[in-house]
Amino acid sequence: MRYTSGIDIGSTYTKAIILNQDDEIVGRAMLPTGFQLPEVAEQAHLQAIAAAGLEPSDVDYVVATGFGRHQAQFVDVQVTDLTAAARGATSFFPGTRTILDVGGQTMKASGLTDGARVKSFRLNDKCAAGTGAFLEKTARYMGFSTEEIGPLVATSKEAMSISGVCAVFAESEVINHLSQGAAPADIMHGAIVSLVGRSVQLMKRVRMEPEFTLIGGILRFSTMVEVVRRELNAQVNVPEGALVQFIPAYGAAFLGQRRLRKLEAEGVDIKRRARAPA
Amino acid sequence: MAYAAGVDVGSTQTKAVVVDEARRIVSRALTDTGANVTRAAEGAFQQALAAGDVREEEVEYVVGTGYGRYKVTFGNTQVTEISCHGRGAVQMFPGTRTVVDMGGQDTKAIRVAPNGEIIDFCMNDKCAAGTGRFLGAASSALNIPLDQLGPTALRGERPVKISTTCTVFAESEVLSWLGRGKKIEDILLGVHQSIAMRSAGLLRRVGVEEQVTFTGGVARNVAMIETLNAKLGLQVNVSEESHYMGAVGAALFALDHILAGRVPAHPRQGA
Repeated sequence: MRYTSGIDIGSTYTKAIILNQDDEIVGRAMLPTGFQLPEVAEQAHLQAIAAAGLEPSDVDYVVATGFGRHQAQFVDVQVTDLTAAARGATSFFPGTRTILDVGGQTMKASGLTDGARVKSFRLNDKCAAGTGAFLEKTARYMGFSTEEIGPLVATSKEAMSISGVCAVFAESEVINHLSQGAAPADIMHGAIVSLVGRSVQLMKRVRMEPEFTLIGGILRFSTMVEVVRRELNAQVNVPEGALVQFIPAYGAAFLGQRRLRKLEAEGVDIKRRARAPA
Repeated sequence: MAYAAGVDVGSTQTKAVVVDEARRIVSRALTDTGANVTRAAEGAFQQALAAGDVREEEVEYVVGTGYGRYKVTFGNTQVTEISCHGRGAVQMFPGTRTVVDMGGQDTKAIRVAPNGEIIDFCMNDKCAAGTGRFLGAASSALNIPLDQLGPTALRGERPVKISTTCTVFAESEVLSWLGRGKKIEDILLGVHQSIAMRSAGLLRRVGVEEQVTFTGGVARNVAMIETLNAKLGLQVNVSEESHYMGAVGAALFALDHILAGRVPAHPRQGA
């Protein structure tokens, strides 16, 4: 059996996935990225291998992606997160033409060709108001943790208006709403509506067209998905459960499998190929 | 003796100043703005009265300023903080032609005429980058009190280059520099230089004409003064009252009304 590892070193979390040669997920792991990027990449990789019940030597090809991809020491190749996400998203939803990826400190929109290639993209990693950090900050101003955002917003009846122009200025808005008796759930809902507004702007700039596939840690909040669906007035694809966060890692491992097949076709002995130790 | 007062309700702190008819500052007070803006304004005003041993009825005119100026319910009128900072700065440093006001959530560049009138201004209204909040983020990330940031930064020798613009991301960047083993003083010097650079950019949009007077709460920070001087290539004026400059200007506008005899016949509402 040929195994590949895809490691996505994201701004907030590092994800690793192990695929077998049938492109099936056999193990995965996720760790907070922190500041020691080479170490966290290796940790996530090893944990995913352990979760698969494999040994590091069983993995024949390692592909890194995400903003920290160049920091991973033991990989065979790096691919951009846009390429990895495109591969991952089209593996699950072949009709994908637009991807929205909202992570902890980034937001990306990309438009794909029929052949799952990225033809245009826009990203924001400069301003927290257009990323998951906006929701995290809003929650924190009200005394909630990131994990509590989902359950909290599920109880919302209506969205309060939050301008969403700056994650710092939002604090005053949140305090004003709270002092006027607004429910934290409705304020959180408002922050999500505001973030979705920025998402849709970004998607428009890549000339979005269906199908839409939504990925990234922030899309694990079902309210986020519902608001995007409402704003686009279209069906959206969302990978199930925790997978929503693993799409670029999956795409990276998937590209690894393709690369292995190519090497094999060229007659390279994969198991004997010289590799840096993991 | 008639007195005039200015109350500057800022995004972070509320300042009150009482002046006498000779334009001398009699007293001043400072309180956190918090959620109840009206209460903060009232509290700062009362503290200033107590500090100056002035009775409320002796204050004939009150001007409110700052973002919460319309919540100064006992004020006779409101003046924008831009006018007030310009007025206060020219009063303290008559040669002032440019004012840089750095507060908790905003930074303003103001060009003033010799008489203190506003010629032009520019501010960050959409983004907290380059404001006092940037220092607040560094303070909480590094767990160093705000008033220690400046002195610590001045010990820096090899400043890091802060690459993020956003205040929220700056917090993670500060931590990542720490994670990479940089010295706190070098990180902080980099943070100050980054704010100075953004402020200088804002100043250039209105045109930098000497003298430049630095006002607002951040003007108490020695490293901010130094990095701003270095970035602008000049020496900014800083006064002991820099933090209160908006309230000083407001009090001077209030005094104008008294000296011109435009004092309301009835006692001020709520006063």
